[in-house]
Amino acid sequence: MAVIEKFQEVLAKRHQYAKDWKAQHTNKVIGWLCSYSPVEIIYASGMLPVRILGSHEVQDVTDRYLFPTVCPFSRDALAQGLKGRYDYLDGITMARTCSHVQGTFDNWKNYIPTPLKYYIWMPNHLQSPRAKPLLVQEYKSFIQALEKFTGKKITDQDLDKAIELYNTNRKLMKQVYEFRKQEEPPITGAECMEMVVASQLMDVAEHNKLLEQLLKELPNRKLERNVGVRLMMVGSEMDDIVFVKMMETLNCTVVIDEHCTGSRYFWDEVKPGKDPIAAIAARYVDRWPCPAAAADFKTRGDRILQHAKDWNSQGVLVYQQKFCDPHEFDIPWLLKNFKDINIPTLVLEFDVTIPFGQFRTRIEAFLEILELELV
Amino acid sequence: MTVKTKYKTKPLDCWQWGKELRLEAYKDLTSGHEQGKILVLGCAATPYGILAGLGDFVFLAGEPYGASVAADPPASIPAMECYEARGYARDMCGYMRNFLGTMFLDKYYFTGGPFPKFDFAWSVRHCPAGHPKWHQIVSEYQGIPMYYVDDETMLSSDGSQEARLEYVAGQYLDSIEWMEKVTKRKFDDEKAIEAMRNYFHNEALWGEINLLNGAIPAPLDIKSMFALMPISMLRRHEKVATQFLETLRDELKDRIANQIAAVPNESYRMCMLTPPPWSFLKVFRYLENFGVVFVGTYVYLINSGEVKFLYDEGKVVPATVPEKRPGWKQMKNREDLCRTVARWRAEHPFQSHLDTRKKEYVIMFNHWKANAYLLLINRGCIPMTTSMYDFQRDLNKQGIPTSMFEGNFADCRDIDETGVLDRLETFLEGQGIHKISD
Repeated sequence: MAVIEKFQEVLAKRHQYAKDWKAQHTNKVIGWLCSYSPVEIIYASGMLPVRILGSHEVQDVTDRYLFPTVCPFSRDALAQGLKGRYDYLDGITMARTCSHVQGTFDNWKNYIPTPLKYYIWMPNHLQSPRAKPLLVQEYKSFIQALEKFTGKKITDQDLDKAIELYNTNRKLMKQVYEFRKQEEPPITGAECMEMVVASQLMDVAEHNKLLEQLLKELPNRKLERNVGVRLMMVGSEMDDIVFVKMMETLNCTVVIDEHCTGSRYFWDEVKPGKDPIAAIAARYVDRWPCPAAAADFKTRGDRILQHAKDWNSQGVLVYQQKFCDPHEFDIPWLLKNFKDINIPTLVLEFDVTIPFGQFRTRIEAFLEILELELV
Repeated sequence: MTVKTKYKTKPLDCWQWGKELRLEAYKDLTSGHEQGKILVLGCAATPYGILAGLGDFVFLAGEPYGASVAADPPASIPAMECYEARGYARDMCGYMRNFLGTMFLDKYYFTGGPFPKFDFAWSVRHCPAGHPKWHQIVSEYQGIPMYYVDDETMLSSDGSQEARLEYVAGQYLDSIEWMEKVTKRKFDDEKAIEAMRNYFHNEALWGEINLLNGAIPAPLDIKSMFALMPISMLRRHEKVATQFLETLRDELKDRIANQIAAVPNESYRMCMLTPPPWSFLKVFRYLENFGVVFVGTYVYLINSGEVKFLYDEGKVVPATVPEKRPGWKQMKNREDLCRTVARWRAEHPFQSHLDTRKKEYVIMFNHWKANAYLLLINRGCIPMTTSMYDFQRDLNKQGIPTSMFEGNFADCRDIDETGVLDRLETFLEGQGIHKISD
């Protein structure tokens, strides 16, 4: 499928894509580190927001900066910067979340030459009525910094346009996710992951066109594969597509996900209003929360359980980046609540690289148990 | 050259009083309800003097309690195993695991009796890794309400600090209304202001006490500091803490005037950035055999204590209380109180940005007239460990020797005692410091 191939190509050549975009648009590229970064604002400034991700390769460059108990994703992301793979970035930003990615940002700021380094102080007390007004102020400061950096004024029209494009992107991806509810989904979990991760690396306008094409083609697509057990994937950052592809060769299909490079990143839309900055702030305060940003378990957990039911998941792979304490808090709650609704779970802990064979064996065993139960 | 005895020494005169005050605070928690006091859970950095507006209260700071359990492996190991059996990971906050483990076991460490039931949890966010979630677990387990104030403004110099101050002060105000609702008590602004005045004063006193250890010989060793620190950490809002801390300060001044040392053979001075491995405090006594005195740790200078750094001059001096600082208002009502607390927290060294903190480490090293830093790579605390390599590199660039070891401040199973001692001995040998021969 040409569209899927395009997503795969962007993922494989993500740096080249950004460099080409920069040359074509004679504009700047901003790297962002956490899904609380307001991509709408970066895009409204005329720059390309690009999510900084790891490469899942063994590396030895971060050990002088981050201790090995910092999460693998944060170390892997920093490694890419230290190796110069993001040397085309004109700026880097992150919104406040967990200590791990904070370490990535701090070290990037101090040791990797990048012209603009901006930290958005995302309020963490999301239930407080004071969170949104503060975030509006934070965004105004961010906008000022971007305007100074680019020399271009960010107007309300620019913001409205960016909101519309990203909302379209979110709507379209949710429509693709709807196809996964089918008894025989026309798209695999790995392909979906490629689509969502690509959305964080590409120009949103271009991604939207590809999504429209994909949505035209999906109704007539029939995959020559056995759906097997319907699985949900729940956890922290996850862009290990090789792993998901391997998993889907084992008589299962990932039909729904909840992680910060997947549905949690894009699910909630901005509700457009008179004040676009306030509208964006409301979206990021009210969005599907990361465990690092929500003190309570239910706000995130109840949505996960509902999705598991809506997509008819027969089992759940709960995974975490090793040492990710925010997720470690949530896991016991999730396991108990999945058990209460009779959905079996398997917990896996991910590192920069993973023990492929061992994971394969564990997943096979998990699936065998599920198949027995399903019979 | 390490010598056997260089200075005279004697125990602290106020030692017993300090021990009693510390234990009293922990035991008060079990009888608090009978005495009509409110029992509140939070983290140690919480400005809990505000709670006095509700009347008498006992505040349990989770971290020092966790540290106390951790220091006693026979109590700590079953607690952590109980915690892990409930599905929680071993690599999470060490203090929390000890705390929650004893809660799940229903065994309060200081009495062996049932774990206290709190009236509510009220805390600053403090630790980005998850103190609010720690309290959330307690909240759900005990069925108590919880409120946390997000006040961690240290992480950015970008954006508007003024807007963040309003956000933080507003949350404190909201939380007062919330407390009135959950306790059905009327909040007395005057009482809260008075308790917070004590709190500020006692923090400054504890900071001043830490600074006195810049004298040679050091009048106080770090192990004694750890034992006395809970008075400042747990009872900052009380007059009795002021009385004790003033007595301690005066006694230390007297020891300095009379050259009374904590470690009589002091010949090498070390300091730390973090808490110690609580189950392995004997490391400090062991190193005294080398003439090593640990003169302080940065973390407890600024957590339960406060000092003022003069960055341009490279100096540190005792802090003045907020109301005596130029341009600060007198507190007359809860609005003033919340605004003062928010601003005080924002400007407190506790909230220093990492780059500022690096300067503070060097200033303290010089103030304490230290010879080296001992750095703990702490498997039990991500925020304290994330930037440790960066700190080490920076200290070394400034010509400050460092010795680093890996362990866990609150999990005795995560520390190789022999390995740590070997490493430290090798470091000291390299510095020309040798064990005193018997």
